[in-house]
Amino acid sequence: MGGVGVFVCHCGENIGKSVDCVRVAEALRQHPGVSHAVDYKYMCSEPGQALMRQAIQEKGLDAVVVAACSPHMHEKTFRKAMAAAGMNPFLCEMANIREHCSWIHDDREEATQKAIALTTSTVERVRHNRALETIRIPIERRALVIGGGVAGIQAALDIAEAGYEVLLVERQPSIGGHMSALSETFPTLDCSQCILTPRMVEVAQHPKIRLLAYAEVEELSGYVGNFVATIRRKARSVIAERCNGCGACLERCPVKKIPNEFEQGMGKRSAIYVPFPQAVPNIPTIDREGCLRFKARARGSTKEPCGKCVEACGRDAIDFDQSDEIITEKIGAVVVATGYELYRIAQDQPPESPQLQGYGEYGYGEVPDVIDGLHFERLASASGPTGGKILRPSDGREPKTVAFLQCIGSRDPAKGMAYCSKICCMYVAKHATLYAHKVHDGQPVVFYMDVRAGGKGYEEFVRRTIVEDRAQYIRGRVSRLYRAGDKVRLHAFDTLSAEPVILDADMVVLATAVRPRSDARALAQRLQISTDENGFFREAHPKLRPVETNTAGVFLAGACQAPRDIPDSVAMASAVAGKVVGLFAKEMLEREPIVAMVQAQLCIGCFNCERACPYGAIEHVTLDDHGATREVARVNPGKCMGCGTCQAICRSKCVELEGYTDEQIFAAIMGL
Amino acid sequence: MKRVGFYPGCTFRSTAKEYDMSLLPVLERLGIEVVELPDWSCCGATSAHVTQELLSVALPARNLAIAEAQGFDTILAPCAACFSRLAVAQRKMAERPALAQRVQEILDRPFGNSVKVINITDFLISHLTEIGASVTTPLQGMKLACYYGCLLVRPHGVAHSDDPEVPTSMERIVAATKATPVKWNMALECCGGGMSFARTGSVIRLGRAIVDDARAAGAQALVVGCPMCHNNLDLRQKAMEKGRETKPPIPILFISQVVGLAMGMAPKSLGANLHFVSTRDFMETLARLDRALPETATHKATNKEVG
Repeated sequence: MGGVGVFVCHCGENIGKSVDCVRVAEALRQHPGVSHAVDYKYMCSEPGQALMRQAIQEKGLDAVVVAACSPHMHEKTFRKAMAAAGMNPFLCEMANIREHCSWIHDDREEATQKAIALTTSTVERVRHNRALETIRIPIERRALVIGGGVAGIQAALDIAEAGYEVLLVERQPSIGGHMSALSETFPTLDCSQCILTPRMVEVAQHPKIRLLAYAEVEELSGYVGNFVATIRRKARSVIAERCNGCGACLERCPVKKIPNEFEQGMGKRSAIYVPFPQAVPNIPTIDREGCLRFKARARGSTKEPCGKCVEACGRDAIDFDQSDEIITEKIGAVVVATGYELYRIAQDQPPESPQLQGYGEYGYGEVPDVIDGLHFERLASASGPTGGKILRPSDGREPKTVAFLQCIGSRDPAKGMAYCSKICCMYVAKHATLYAHKVHDGQPVVFYMDVRAGGKGYEEFVRRTIVEDRAQYIRGRVSRLYRAGDKVRLHAFDTLSAEPVILDADMVVLATAVRPRSDARALAQRLQISTDENGFFREAHPKLRPVETNTAGVFLAGACQAPRDIPDSVAMASAVAGKVVGLFAKEMLEREPIVAMVQAQLCIGCFNCERACPYGAIEHVTLDDHGATREVARVNPGKCMGCGTCQAICRSKCVELEGYTDEQIFAAIMGL
Repeated sequence: MKRVGFYPGCTFRSTAKEYDMSLLPVLERLGIEVVELPDWSCCGATSAHVTQELLSVALPARNLAIAEAQGFDTILAPCAACFSRLAVAQRKMAERPALAQRVQEILDRPFGNSVKVINITDFLISHLTEIGASVTTPLQGMKLACYYGCLLVRPHGVAHSDDPEVPTSMERIVAATKATPVKWNMALECCGGGMSFARTGSVIRLGRAIVDDARAAGAQALVVGCPMCHNNLDLRQKAMEKGRETKPPIPILFISQVVGLAMGMAPKSLGANLHFVSTRDFMETLARLDRALPETATHKATNKEVG
């Protein structure tokens, strides 16, 4: 018998109050091509759906229109019911007579007329619907994690534990990130290395994780479930398979005075080095800028000096001729966990405010006893350059007064970053506590704007710092500081007592802003994800999709998305792992077939669509046009998000968006 | 020849005569024609702007209107206080049309608020290459502390060309004369401003910190760009030493005097003998340096010949 079936829903009083649903059904019953039209109190309820299934089977309907609420609400419900009744779900459309009609009109007569018009229009449209098939895409069940800090480590372990392969790429010679350089962690004061090192070892030993340290992702192509990553494995000049990490080469290396980056330049390292003793993998790397032989080669000298490391190595693992290696890997999902940088005030400038020189008044880089938070972490760390003793850089003496300055560069839209760096209030309290514990006659003084200690156990920690560890908290900003004799003199204002403060401190620790990695924008371009106004990677939705990006299959974890502390980064990493595992658990990737299609015969190959497509979904294919070949566009259905931009821009009108073809749209308009 | 409107302000004909004496020949040497605004009047500094806002805008506006009528788009106001009054008035009128309208009525003459005011450091910085090129007596080895005070860099946005917290323009000018700007801590501290007579004690206390720090940094002279700063640091320096072991006095030079010296002008022609703190020792050191330089050069040349 065929024809279109129309099902009008009262939605209780929601529609029924201002639309006469019985009349709508009656009117549609008279419409040509409609073979069945009924109304019902709740069409989405089980009896309502049963009504639809029954009609489809009894009357052999060709297509269905449900006149009810917004398709956002129940399109999935009704299409599922269609499929259950053995009908192609894409032959079901909804006419929105609730949000677009009953809710916004009071006049019952007019609302009823409008509901009839909307439903009729949808009937005309659905008669041109095609039976589409859900797109099914195979998935490469392998995750790429970029960044081996605590977030990357957590994500990699969680995904690997679920049984999927992980490729962990870290640009430094060792994983561990910022956390491996921290002393103790707030609010429980457990040693950072002690809790992180076992996780790092787990990564190295996990059978499902392949660790590529000292490597960088150069390119990512493809789409969700089917990415191809191009990775540069930088030359360590040490053959990893032969090295057993004995460290003999480090001892013999004659170049010993290179400032150690891991120690914030305070300690020294050799030219062949392991960044820190607990490094994973424990394989040395030759710093080609420091090594005598590489320096000689760079000068163009034919002599090959030194070679002490070669002599020291019992396993013949040193290879001066090793070069970078480019590898390509098939990947199903990408986790970006590239972390943050601390703002080096007066040395780098936020691109947002280039007109200002920025924070020279804090003497950072000029007054030796003015350091930043990461410096202090190394001073306080038992494995640091001072063995955990708090000694100031200028003369190695124990400082008796240490000033901690919060919000340096943060919460300052005029010349710094407008945002709150989030972690500083807590790490400053931790620093003050550690200092008070280590220097019993020392006085910590904290200058703050507000103390933001939102987090489990955080406020209690700050109270302890103030009450038990006698840190003096002064609410107000330091306007400037300078070296006065062997002291650092600070000028500030106490906004609670409204008095100017002049303090002579032995050392000053600046809580400088957390910034995105300086190359974050470049990486975002390579991964086709976006950055926010501050340069952090942008999430798909700040509340409901916080770990996803707008590019399907690329996820975010940790401080690359916004300033985050360790608990937050770890939680985010596990959330990402959940998303990745959820993706991999599917047999095939299913996507709605609402994608663009190119009619190749009509395509003139101008590729305007390629330039317009925000998702990189347009491909070039060769068409055999009566013996002559030419290049035409093709839409990759795996990447297409169905936005319709290509359809709008196509000059030969050869692109159609499935489900929204010109035919359907014009029919709907004519049906009004 | 470049032509620039010149607003001297009251001090140039009184307490800061040496600023006038040194700046005009320096500008002439730089190939700049200085045209003093005819019939200029008070800028409103020190009293007007703490008395009434309208007066504090209308007084400088009269001078801006004169400059506009003379066809200048930029005028140089070398006194930091005059500069500040003129620039603040200009900005206030640009931001508040009602105020501009009221001032226009008071002035009773056409005025479009189109004249840009430039201060001494910005002006000299924009001629830095020419200054470097006209140095005939490099001040090699002389250590100078550049003192900005408040009005050359503040308020930020009015005096906008330099970093308000860590300015460097004076250092760059001093470096162009081949003198060495010292690193010190008090470049932006308050000199006591207009309180020289009302609260002399405070001015002495503030000035002492500035002078002491310059001395500790090894400076042989302090360089200023503001007649008021000059007055407070120069006139009151003797009083600063009262009641303590007297330290060697430190001459306070105008930036134009420093540039003039490097151009080979005689100290006396630059008014260097008019200061309260004697500049004699400084000038003698400089003269020795001047004589020493060619000798060293000859000596080197001889060495070279021998070598």
